[in-house]
Amino acid sequence: MSQNRPWIPYVLILPSVAFLALLFLVPLVQTIWLSMSDNGVPSLANAQRMAGDLNFTRSLKNTFLLTLAVVPVQLAIALAMGTMVGKIGRGRETILWIWTIPLGISDLAAGLVWLAILQNSGYFNSLLYGLGIIERQTSWLSYQTPVALFLAIAVAEIWRGTAIVMVIIVAGLNQVPKEFREAAEIFGAGPWVRFWRITLPLIRPALQSALILRTVLAFEVFSVVYALGGRNFPVLVGEAYNWQNQNQNYGVAAAYAVLIMVVSLAATVVYLRAIKVDPERLP
Amino acid sequence: MANIVIDGIRKNFGAFEALKDISLTISDGEFVSLLGPSGCGKTTLLRIIAGLETATSGDVLIGERSVIGLPPKDRGLAMVFQNYAVFPHMTVYENVAFGLRMQKADDRRVKEQVEKAAGLLHIEPYLDRYPNKLSGGQRQRVAVARALAVEPRVLLMDEPLSNLDALLRLEMRTELKTVLQGAGTTTIYVTHDQTEAMGLSNRIAVMHDGVVEQVGSPVEIYNHPATRFVGGFIGNPPMNFITVAVEDGAVAAGTLRLPAPAGAGREVVLGLRGEAVALAAPGDGLDMTVRVAEPMGSHLLLTGAIHGQPVRVILPPAERVRGGDVISLRPDLDRITWLSPESGKSYPAAMA
Ligand SMILES: Nc1ncnc2c1ncn2[C@@H]1O[C@H](COP(=O)(O)OP(=O)(O)O)[C@@H](O)[C@H]1O
Ligand SMILES: [Mg+2]
Repeated sequence: MSQNRPWIPYVLILPSVAFLALLFLVPLVQTIWLSMSDNGVPSLANAQRMAGDLNFTRSLKNTFLLTLAVVPVQLAIALAMGTMVGKIGRGRETILWIWTIPLGISDLAAGLVWLAILQNSGYFNSLLYGLGIIERQTSWLSYQTPVALFLAIAVAEIWRGTAIVMVIIVAGLNQVPKEFREAAEIFGAGPWVRFWRITLPLIRPALQSALILRTVLAFEVFSVVYALGGRNFPVLVGEAYNWQNQNQNYGVAAAYAVLIMVVSLAATVVYLRAIKVDPERLP
Repeated sequence: MANIVIDGIRKNFGAFEALKDISLTISDGEFVSLLGPSGCGKTTLLRIIAGLETATSGDVLIGERSVIGLPPKDRGLAMVFQNYAVFPHMTVYENVAFGLRMQKADDRRVKEQVEKAAGLLHIEPYLDRYPNKLSGGQRQRVAVARALAVEPRVLLMDEPLSNLDALLRLEMRTELKTVLQGAGTTTIYVTHDQTEAMGLSNRIAVMHDGVVEQVGSPVEIYNHPATRFVGGFIGNPPMNFITVAVEDGAVAAGTLRLPAPAGAGREVVLGLRGEAVALAAPGDGLDMTVRVAEPMGSHLLLTGAIHGQPVRVILPPAERVRGGDVISLRPDLDRITWLSPESGKSYPAAMA
């Protein structure tokens, strides 16, 4: 059938290709051009202005620190959750369902949830006060408490973004027949050896996907930060937003956007290299 | 090396009784098959022996010592899984070496043992390869080599040949027997294939619905099935069962008068192997209406009915019988099994 009409598959994928080209590639090229031109002439003025800005170094540092703090913790938690849920028979679906609730909440809503907990008159302070640990309302989210602010944002991000990592890890774990772990157990491997030497190598594809996805998303962090820290905690996307809306300088905003893209691509390449996936060595 | 005692093992999955009071003793160095249809509890029993599953009650002793509560690695056993479970991310060498590495054996001993096991199973050429590059039969060999490399006291195998094609299965069966005869390891072999069990085992435990129906040598089980299930499960064609009436302590079957077994009621089931009959003069013996005659070359397979009950018998290839014929058969009296129609159990053979 399809041998007689080899063009059919191409026709079928044409709409999606056209759609992507129109709504993704065109704006992408435009953005890159916008960032690297000045009044229609190629120029590095935008990049220079971006790099010279007071908040540039801070936002770059904050974004990287947050990513470094959040992604490994999320991966570890997701692996623990996935392993635990794998041992559960009945009620497994319900637990997974509850764990993935944060996925259904928008970033901003998640940020506001944590704001309600952590603001001066929030639940956290009420709890500490009620337990007699503090004597009066303490502020956690001000520019005078950068460490607490960083931790608060990291915790909120971990809460919000771990579920997606877990979903991918659980899918990966499901691909590994239990006989591999059982065989390892029979031949004398304890729980840690089984995890490090059998399970982890066998879920490489899931690890790779989860890390790439989560890291790229971490570089794009914005709403939660904005809700909790406002401008006290500048991040890259936040700066792009400010240049776009407050300063009405689209060129510098585009330069930030391109920078985020380059950083994400670089991270992806690092993961692809570091976690090699060889289909020959998978179940 | 070690003997194994399985003592009153029960296993419930919720309300479902997968194993109902299983007891079985296996001597040191013996090869015992657990044979039965799919779903009868073979794998569950094997996993309980291995320590991968906990029994609801009962005890398992390996080498005179109860292993209930011991983790699998402390039971001195190795296992070959149905889907092999050869680690895809390790070379064949590392797969075979896995158990020894876990025992922290030094490199020299690992190398020695791996080469020995690989030699036995003819996998030396693949030691550097990854398992996904191997065929099913080769992976199967790797799984067996991995198990033998640790020189286990007890070797457990769960349908190790069932994923191979028929020809390879026959070849691997012969080879397994050769390899294991040399090793002298106590072996429990799970299979649903009677020819595998018959060919490999010292003794067979026939299982059905979570109980052991009979334990015995292949010949015993074939010739003297303890239950109707065993007779019907073992043999190709399976044993024929003909229900006949008992009058005054004798059974009238065609023109034959046979002494009824002690304890028989008004009816009794005559269990007859398809090949335990000979063609007799017409009207002298059991009359069989032949529906289909299939010349198989080595023998002639007849399908039809005796006393209106379906049977299959085997005659020498030269006999001239065709579909539609009515023939008379004389059973080999020494090879008759009498069974109770109610319990399905066989009556003890009369003392000759
Ligand atoms: N983990 C389990 N939960 C519930 N039922 C099970 C489980 N494992 C096995 N069973 C049931 O127990 C019975 C015996 O299974 P199994 O030992 O795998 O049989 P076999 O290996 O002889 O085919 C089957 O009816 C199966 O459905
Ligand atoms: Mg099974």
